[in-house]
Amino acid sequence: MKDSGSYQPYSYFQLMEVSLRELLVEKGVVTEAEVAAAVEDMRRRTPERGAGVVARAWLDRDFKAKLLENGTEACEQVGLDVPALKLVVVENTPGVHNVIVCTLCSCYPRMLLGIPPDWYKSHAYRSRVVREPRTVLAEFGLSLDEATTVRVHDSTADMRYLVLPMRPAGTEGWSEERLAALVTRDCMIGVAVPRLP
Amino acid sequence: MGGLPAGKVERTEHDYAEWERRVDALMVLLSRLRGGRRQMTVDELRKNIEAIPPEDYDRLGYYERWITSLTQTMIQRGVITTEELGRKMEEVAKRG
Amino acid sequence: MAENVVCPCFSVGVRVRVRKAYPLGHIRTPYYIRGASGVIERLCGAFGNPEELAQQRSGEPKQPLYRVRFRQQDVWPGYRGGDGDTLDVEIFQHWLE
Repeated sequence: MKDSGSYQPYSYFQLMEVSLRELLVEKGVVTEAEVAAAVEDMRRRTPERGAGVVARAWLDRDFKAKLLENGTEACEQVGLDVPALKLVVVENTPGVHNVIVCTLCSCYPRMLLGIPPDWYKSHAYRSRVVREPRTVLAEFGLSLDEATTVRVHDSTADMRYLVLPMRPAGTEGWSEERLAALVTRDCMIGVAVPRLP
Repeated sequence: MGGLPAGKVERTEHDYAEWERRVDALMVLLSRLRGGRRQMTVDELRKNIEAIPPEDYDRLGYYERWITSLTQTMIQRGVITTEELGRKMEEVAKRG
Repeated sequence: MAENVVCPCFSVGVRVRVRKAYPLGHIRTPYYIRGASGVIERLCGAFGNPEELAQQRSGEPKQPLYRVRFRQQDVWPGYRGGDGDTLDVEIFQHWLE
């Protein structure tokens, strides 16, 4: 199964992937169809799913309360398929800003948001955001004043995290879809906040 | 890794290649409970990532590290052997 | 309790210290937090011990997992940021005292 149109020899690691997969299929451990289905499944998991959860929480007080109490159950209650996800939702308030990291590897609420961006997995982000969050956030273009408490959440074990950002002013009467469009992946990691276009 | 000195965060993002997505998919499939058993745990995968020597860790891309770890885990579990892997890699390389 | 689980012994709000031990193996307690003192923010539940799961063992009895809240000022000497800034880390019970 070659990816590129023109001939290119496999890299060592691409060779390893093909070989491992073919062996696993030969041994009946997985099928090609299962692998293809899993690739498609992950492709369909995008930040828009998380944005919908945030927008709903902005509009529905009971849902928001449930989300903060048990993130996984709240997502399941609205029909989201989040297998094995143990979700903790942390709320931004006027006095508190939250930001998420996994210093030990790259844990992320993948079943809700999809595959994380390269920078989230980088040595620089993982090393620095726990120790100097305000500086890292400023590098992302987010300045927070001294009066705001910054909470960093290190995803070291079984829980996965989602930041519930604050609803921007000037969005009164907006529909759930319109609100969701304001919520980027970076807002749900905590390196950005939703802004009106 | 938390707290170690590091440079600016390079806000790179790339569109994942198919082979990378397949590595991701294999990790999900093989660590999932199917028919009451798993082929491996994510903990074994993480342990094998941690076993990659630092100079290799830095040199390799994210999914290069994970395919390395995944393959090591499958060998440790006895799902495949080193011999089988070697022969298959030779066969695939020849086939192109 | 039918499941093979260790009982939780820390309540929310209790002050705890992360053990300052550096054994070999796969460990999910980051180096930077060992020896630090914080407060239990919540009990997350009981989960298989990753140290054992990594070695192809069952990981049972399941260990209580907590989110522990640390003041950044208590974790990093010379922390430059708000006095109230915190760092919340998931730590297994057997790493807390």
